[in-house]
Amino acid sequence: MIEGILIGLSTALSLTNILMVMVGCFAGTIIGMLPGLGPMTAIALMIPITYGFDPSTGLILMAGVYYGAVFGGSTSSILLNAPGIPGTVATAFDGYPMAQQGKAGKALAIAAYSSFAGGTISAIFLLVAAPSLSKVSLAFRSPDYFALMILGLTAISAFSSKGQFLKAMMMVVLGLMLATVGQDSLSDITRFTFNNMNLTDGISFVLIVMATFAMSEALTIIFRGKDPNRAAKQISLTELGSIKVNKEETIKMAKTIPRSSILGFLIGVLPGAGATIASFLAYGMERNYVNEEEKQKFGKGSVHGLSAPETANNAACSGSFVPLLTLGIPGSGTTAVMLGALLGFGIQPGPRLYQTNPEIFWSVIMSMYIGMVVLLILNLPLIPYIARILAVPRNYLIPLILFFSVTGIYLMSFNNFDIFLMIGIAVVATFLRLYDFPMPPLILAFVLGGLMEETLRRSLLISDGSPNFLWDRPITLIILLITITIVGWQIFSTLRKKS
Amino acid sequence: MRISPTKFISLLFLVLSVFYLYTAYNIQVFAFDENAPFNARTFPIYLGWAGIILSSLKIILPEKVTTEVNHKHLDYKSIIYLILISLIYAAVILKIGYFISTSLFLFASYYFLGERRWGLMFILSFPFVAAFMYLLHGLLNIYLRDPFLKYIGVMG
Repeated sequence: MIEGILIGLSTALSLTNILMVMVGCFAGTIIGMLPGLGPMTAIALMIPITYGFDPSTGLILMAGVYYGAVFGGSTSSILLNAPGIPGTVATAFDGYPMAQQGKAGKALAIAAYSSFAGGTISAIFLLVAAPSLSKVSLAFRSPDYFALMILGLTAISAFSSKGQFLKAMMMVVLGLMLATVGQDSLSDITRFTFNNMNLTDGISFVLIVMATFAMSEALTIIFRGKDPNRAAKQISLTELGSIKVNKEETIKMAKTIPRSSILGFLIGVLPGAGATIASFLAYGMERNYVNEEEKQKFGKGSVHGLSAPETANNAACSGSFVPLLTLGIPGSGTTAVMLGALLGFGIQPGPRLYQTNPEIFWSVIMSMYIGMVVLLILNLPLIPYIARILAVPRNYLIPLILFFSVTGIYLMSFNNFDIFLMIGIAVVATFLRLYDFPMPPLILAFVLGGLMEETLRRSLLISDGSPNFLWDRPITLIILLITITIVGWQIFSTLRKKS
Repeated sequence: MRISPTKFISLLFLVLSVFYLYTAYNIQVFAFDENAPFNARTFPIYLGWAGIILSSLKIILPEKVTTEVNHKHLDYKSIIYLILISLIYAAVILKIGYFISTSLFLFASYYFLGERRWGLMFILSFPFVAAFMYLLHGLLNIYLRDPFLKYIGVMG
């Protein structure tokens, strides 16, 4: 292994490759900041460019873009409440309230430090445990995945809006309903399209996230423009604040980062799970770990609440490379694009990649770490400049948010049906938000909808339609028991409050 | 009897769930799939029932945490203007192209939100959209269909 690390270091530390990591991180940050353009789009845009390079350099550039875009996505989550990618939705829960309190600089600094720490710890895990962890991921079967998704949705409903569990669960169901629009993945039968050709391919994730977060946020700001309390809040948006993290906040981060890194990495290793589930679960887990006083701060600008998903999503990014490099199974949509790029280079990822192309295997792992360092060095000094976006007056900021939302959708489909649909969903979401119906459960449900149906299909086919699959395997049963505990705890805490 | 807005939304969700369930039962599946343990209807049917149960619970159970919204503080006029501008923008974007429609959309939005600095409004609409288009089209190689710019020979 030492020999492999040295090979990786010598490749990754060549002048060309360091330059590529830097260019990749910078380009990724800029692209990731634009709502609608996430790491998947950023990497896809890089593929034609990388074909001119040797495979190691091309992959190093793409790894830089990947991490840069994830950080860029966090930036737009914190500053605009407009997550470009599902993995940074949880970042907005506490990052955006922190920015509203005039601590935008600090929120971005906490995000940068947490991302760096999460990425560093998981890069070490990746280095040491890559081969054995791939075996663990193979142990997960469809029923386990199905139970894991139920757990993720229950956890987000329980934790995203205190005391509004039923409202959150209704949003989960609505998200899953929206995910069923379009062709059924196996039979190709169209569902809920009402003979509209534009709905045949389903509703895109970017459209839903833009409508329920960016556009609906912009409309809510205007809608509540006359509210004296809200107006005061908006004024504080222009305060950038310091990027310095004090001792108390550092201690909080130091407690959060290790556990979120481990969780993020392990979730990232599971094929299909990825940064989204990792960040939501880390957020939920963190809320359970902290004391009652800290718990009250969640959703209102908690350091723990911001640090946990940021650490976990970066750790999951590294983790998702384990199944890609060792099994040839992409752990996320983004690594699926990278798999396509690898195949384009004539490289077949899998257990033999160690033997056939050790320089690629190890240089990608080493370049990830170098990417983290570059990202921190590059982005920390830029935070005050990036945060200046908040100083833009409301009269300009709102139309610009609408502009980026509409452009993001238009770039994907080049038709106006999607824009009409987005406006409709945004208007509904604005009214739902007005009455405290939380949007994050809807988003997560929408993202997981397709995979959830697929795993349920496989599980039911294996068990011949019997629900036994829910308790036949110990892993499934344990996950299900955790879910029941969360639901039970919600009922118990509601009853306790009433009494 | 006065129904709270939350319960009214739950009632609407109940109606939606019933409609969704009805549509789910009417999804046409292949004949050989009719009695399969899982077909294209199965998951939507589960979801429809889940929606009905959850929304019914929300309607039936007493509300302990109520969300109060003061309608006097809501700016209905601005939001209606903004939604109307957005709808017009969506309707014309394909006909007159990305550049003009987006620039006009931005300009009109600034105006209706109370901005009157004409110079700044112009810079942050027409030249801003042009620069953004250059970033997409010139640097990132993302094609944006624009009949107007094609007509005047700026775009291919």
